[in-house]
Amino acid sequence: MNPTSPLYAKRRRRNVLTMGLAYGATGLGLTWLVIILAVLVWEGFSGLSWAVFTEMTPPPGSAGGLLNPIVGSLVMTVIAVLIGTPLGILAGTYMAEYGRFDKLTTVVRFINDILLSAPSIVIGLFVYEVMVAQMGHFSGWAGAVSLAVIVVPVVVRTTEDMLVLVPDSLREAAASIGLPRSLMIQRVAYRAARAGMITGVLLAVARISGETAPLLFTALNNQFWSLNLNAPVSSLPVVIFQFALSPYKDWQSLAWTGALIITFAVLALSIVARILAAQRKTS
Amino acid sequence: MKWGRQPVVDVALQGTGSSTVSQIDRARVLQRLRLSDVAFRHLTRAAALAVLVILGGIIVSLIWGSLPALRTFGFSFLHEEVWNPVTEQFGAIAPIYGTVVTSLIAMLIAVPVGLFIALFLTELCPMWLRRPIGIAIELLAGIPSIIYGIWGLFVFAPFLQQHVQPFLISVFGDIPVLSTLFAGPPYGIGVFTAGLILAIMVLPFITSISRDVFEAVPPVLKEAAYGLGCTTWEVARYVMLPYARVGVIGGIMLGLGRALGETMAVTFVIGNAHRISGSLLAPGTTISATIANEFTEAVGDLYTSALIALGLILFVITFIVLAIARLLLLRLNARVGR
Repeated sequence: MNPTSPLYAKRRRRNVLTMGLAYGATGLGLTWLVIILAVLVWEGFSGLSWAVFTEMTPPPGSAGGLLNPIVGSLVMTVIAVLIGTPLGILAGTYMAEYGRFDKLTTVVRFINDILLSAPSIVIGLFVYEVMVAQMGHFSGWAGAVSLAVIVVPVVVRTTEDMLVLVPDSLREAAASIGLPRSLMIQRVAYRAARAGMITGVLLAVARISGETAPLLFTALNNQFWSLNLNAPVSSLPVVIFQFALSPYKDWQSLAWTGALIITFAVLALSIVARILAAQRKTS
Repeated sequence: MKWGRQPVVDVALQGTGSSTVSQIDRARVLQRLRLSDVAFRHLTRAAALAVLVILGGIIVSLIWGSLPALRTFGFSFLHEEVWNPVTEQFGAIAPIYGTVVTSLIAMLIAVPVGLFIALFLTELCPMWLRRPIGIAIELLAGIPSIIYGIWGLFVFAPFLQQHVQPFLISVFGDIPVLSTLFAGPPYGIGVFTAGLILAIMVLPFITSISRDVFEAVPPVLKEAAYGLGCTTWEVARYVMLPYARVGVIGGIMLGLGRALGETMAVTFVIGNAHRISGSLLAPGTTISATIANEFTEAVGDLYTSALIALGLILFVITFIVLAIARLLLLRLNARVGR
């Protein structure tokens, strides 16, 4: 084509324009990330001190920390993982090992993928109806269960994906020396897929540690030190929600500090999960 | 129990000629292994069924909880705007409208931006930068939504109020339709702000799926087009996009599902006003924000039930959108698999 023709120039112009847009869009996306993290560090870091980790949430106008919400979050997260992980791993095991080509597996995979992105506030309503309304009071158990419902689909998905990647020759070798199928799965397949399965659990923890919506009307909130899971339990995201929307300056600054803690915990978890996943690929 | 876990296997694996274990012991062990094998199989099957039970439980409990409200208001619940806890009059159209409009704003911004980022990552970006930038964009998806909320309330909304919204109002003030959309005082918080924040939140979902499907375009197709003298844009527009269409739409629907159900970020910045306003700059509400704001304060069964009915509507909408997304992505996988 003649480089001086108007058509050529027009196509060149359009290309330069759209490629510029591509650079711009990427710049925009990265800018958001930088701005959000910078604001978090800027606003949250000034409030970061030992008191945050050693003192209870204060009444408005006095100093305090975030000890009870941090502990509450940790406890509910641990229970949620303890409930959700075995269930998710077993379900993923069925889908990858026993019923890989079943109708049931196809249906479960489809439903699980929908649960994976279902609105978390709806899960909160579900647990409210099933547990809080029946027991007659808000409780830490209800909060933990609603988080567990979020854990399950994440673990199911990664477990199935990772087990499918385990080479069949390993399974055949185990079977050929007479290992029963259940032991073959537990001793050989799980071991081969371990890194990926741990990654799945870490991603699930990262996901639930920032979840607020399902806790609002299951675990509610608690201003005081309480490890009683039959009573309302305070959690970091809910306290951030409450404090950020309050008119008090010191509450707002604590909310920023809490936001900083959560964000860096979540980002650290997802980076560790990525490193684990990358190791599996290279080894 | 006579044997621990390890010896059981050893016994089972030993030949019949073993002198240390008698025939009877061996038969007993095999019997037990058979039992535990069956038990484990049924256990995993039960766990797989539990996933279905969870979904069934969500649907049943939402319908059960919303029955009082649906019985009282019938279909008028879907199109009434009034939301008055004092007189116990509830209609869902204002939150539904807010949910749909904020998600639309989010998609209008996030889809083109996400596609352009995916294009950058697959065609323009130097190899060594692809992974870091891809991870950075995906980290946006990892930031909890409450962080977007607090950031939106204290940083983004004031910024929009002072710099962007007055500008929009003055620019569009004389154009017929746009002047209604961008009318009124700049509140900062409102439907427009919520839509923008949602756009940032769903961007990573659209970007990462689009990038994956763009990367799956066979290089030979692109090379053929480049060989004909196509520009990068023409390759992207006429080769990659048509090839990746199904996957891109699947990714968009997935992002839409997220945007519709997103709660905390929206709750912070939308203003929680139960009315439909012509202006995008006015405060509004969404289904999820209404539930988050009002559920713990809801007094009376009818009020609670109306909020659960809102949740049911939200779940039905997102279920349909997500199901379409998954079906499209499944179709894509089937094609790649062949």
